[in-house]
Amino acid sequence: MSRVETNGVEATATDVATAEAASPAARTPGFLWTFGLFRSELVTTFRRWRTIALLAVLAAVPVLVGIAVRIETGDGSSMGGGPGGGGGGGGPAFIAQITNNGLFLVFTALAATLPFFLPMAVGVIAGDAIAGEANAGTLRYLLVAPAGRTRLLLVKYAATMTFCLVATLVVAASALAVGALLFPLGDLTTISGTSISFAEGLLRALLIALAVAASLIGIAALGLFVSTLTNSGIAAMATTVGLLITVQILDQIPQLDALHPYFFSHYWLSFADLMREPVYWDDLQRNLGLQAVYAAVFGAAAWARFTAKDIAS
Amino acid sequence: MNDAAAIHTQGLTKTFRGGQVAVDHLELKVPSGSVFGFLGPNGSGKTTTIRMLMGLIEPTSGTARVLGRPMPRSARTVLPHVGALIEGPALYGFLSGRDNLLRYDSADRAADPRTRRTRVAAALDRVGLSAAAGKKAKAYSLGMKQRLGLAAALLQPRRLLVLDEPTNGLDPQGMREIRALVRELASEGTTVFLSSHLLDEIEQVCTHAAVMAQGRLIIQGPVSELAAGARGRLVVTTPDAADAARVLKEQGIADVVVAAGEGRGQGEGDRVTGEPPPPDRDLAELNVALVTAGVRVRGFGLERASLEDAFVALTGEGFDVAG
Repeated sequence: MSRVETNGVEATATDVATAEAASPAARTPGFLWTFGLFRSELVTTFRRWRTIALLAVLAAVPVLVGIAVRIETGDGSSMGGGPGGGGGGGGPAFIAQITNNGLFLVFTALAATLPFFLPMAVGVIAGDAIAGEANAGTLRYLLVAPAGRTRLLLVKYAATMTFCLVATLVVAASALAVGALLFPLGDLTTISGTSISFAEGLLRALLIALAVAASLIGIAALGLFVSTLTNSGIAAMATTVGLLITVQILDQIPQLDALHPYFFSHYWLSFADLMREPVYWDDLQRNLGLQAVYAAVFGAAAWARFTAKDIAS
Repeated sequence: MNDAAAIHTQGLTKTFRGGQVAVDHLELKVPSGSVFGFLGPNGSGKTTTIRMLMGLIEPTSGTARVLGRPMPRSARTVLPHVGALIEGPALYGFLSGRDNLLRYDSADRAADPRTRRTRVAAALDRVGLSAAAGKKAKAYSLGMKQRLGLAAALLQPRRLLVLDEPTNGLDPQGMREIRALVRELASEGTTVFLSSHLLDEIEQVCTHAAVMAQGRLIIQGPVSELAAGARGRLVVTTPDAADAARVLKEQGIADVVVAAGEGRGQGEGDRVTGEPPPPDRDLAELNVALVTAGVRVRGFGLERASLEDAFVALTGEGFDVAG
């Protein structure tokens, strides 16, 4: 590069005072400069084949559900355990209403993917966030750049949260498109039996998507923490997804009733309450509170671990 | 507090879990503006030292100052002035060479995003990768990856470059280019800290060197002094090896060794070597003694000690032997 620049820096080299004077400039880089790493992180995440494949699988779920329901049309009277009740015996919540209104496919698809597909995808991305970079050796170069450990962890957090939102929106958008293609659209009936307009229904769908995305914060925080513990991306992903499955199973065991409210997945299906009239907020708030606690606890743990870790890979 | 050292460690020690001492009370001093060769067999603690200097590993005890500031505490202010290639390049295989550099540059919070693309292009150009900049990094050869790693270290004007085995995987032409690049950077005032297992490389480009073995610093200083520390050898090439050896011993030459056939490069004959005579002794007299004894001398002279001789003398072992 240019000699002039090099010499300019070299001139200050022997002078500590100048180096110190130069450091505040490095310390106040402004929002854009930090945003640069976040944007780079997003580009890196979403250009990976694995991310694209995960999103493709998620987008395929509403297509499969939509086609299955379409084929079974006429048999749509099996109301099962009732909509919004957690999707018990009769398939995912809202599945019976899809034939009446394609918008319900959005709710059904989110209810179908929330227990496993969505958190699994988030677990893969979160688990790989730090451990994958450590495994590839790129972590040492990011830190030597220097990215700053706290800053890098925050960026990884933000990117993982963005993935939660994007993944949920992919499911919702795919479901909306399939629903519109295969089924009639129009005014819809809430769980409480009242009727709302299609526009209002779309708004509710968006709110539900946001609630679902927020539901994934807990597992994302957990995955990032696990990711700081190991240098193997695969191990971190497997552990996170393993924890997800374990918690899901434990949540079904009645004897552990006392513990259930502390499981990150316990209030996941509360998003259905957004389809009540009026909206029933209690469980939604409990869910958000619980996710916030997970984010705080495991975020702090990840920070404590990552900032003190020897990077030997 | 500010000594003119680019790197200065005092009692730097790293003990890994399990009690293995990787680096043991290291007192390293790298003068500003030097090209510093960091030598040692595999497992001698070089990489652990470099990782501690770069703030990747926390020392168990002791201090490390880089560019006059303590590490890892001042990583944020020091590292933007340091370019590093540590244990080979690490790249995002699914990104192009250019995008890899853009990512590393955006990780540096002191890097100006407005000049990012120009600086990336300049760095690619400097290591001769401009033509392959758009290719995915996983399609790069080892040498190209090495060059891209170097380019990442050169994204900014640096005061210190830490290069761990920079010519690994390069062909002879590539090695020459890297050496030329190191000399060019040094002439611009950049301090270069270079670890290598290629002694002739160190000898060619370095002004100073340090030798490590089993976590300890054996010696450090200007390369000329290090090589001078090891004595040269008196070498006689002759077809009459036995006679030559006898005459040399009679003349008081110690440690006479006959190496059969090794003199063939300089014509038919064997190589007889011994410790050089004391400085007050005229070499020509020795030669006369040989010739008068009927020894056919094809070659006669003193061979300067190489850094390798110095190294073997210091570590007492071959260079590539794991410590």
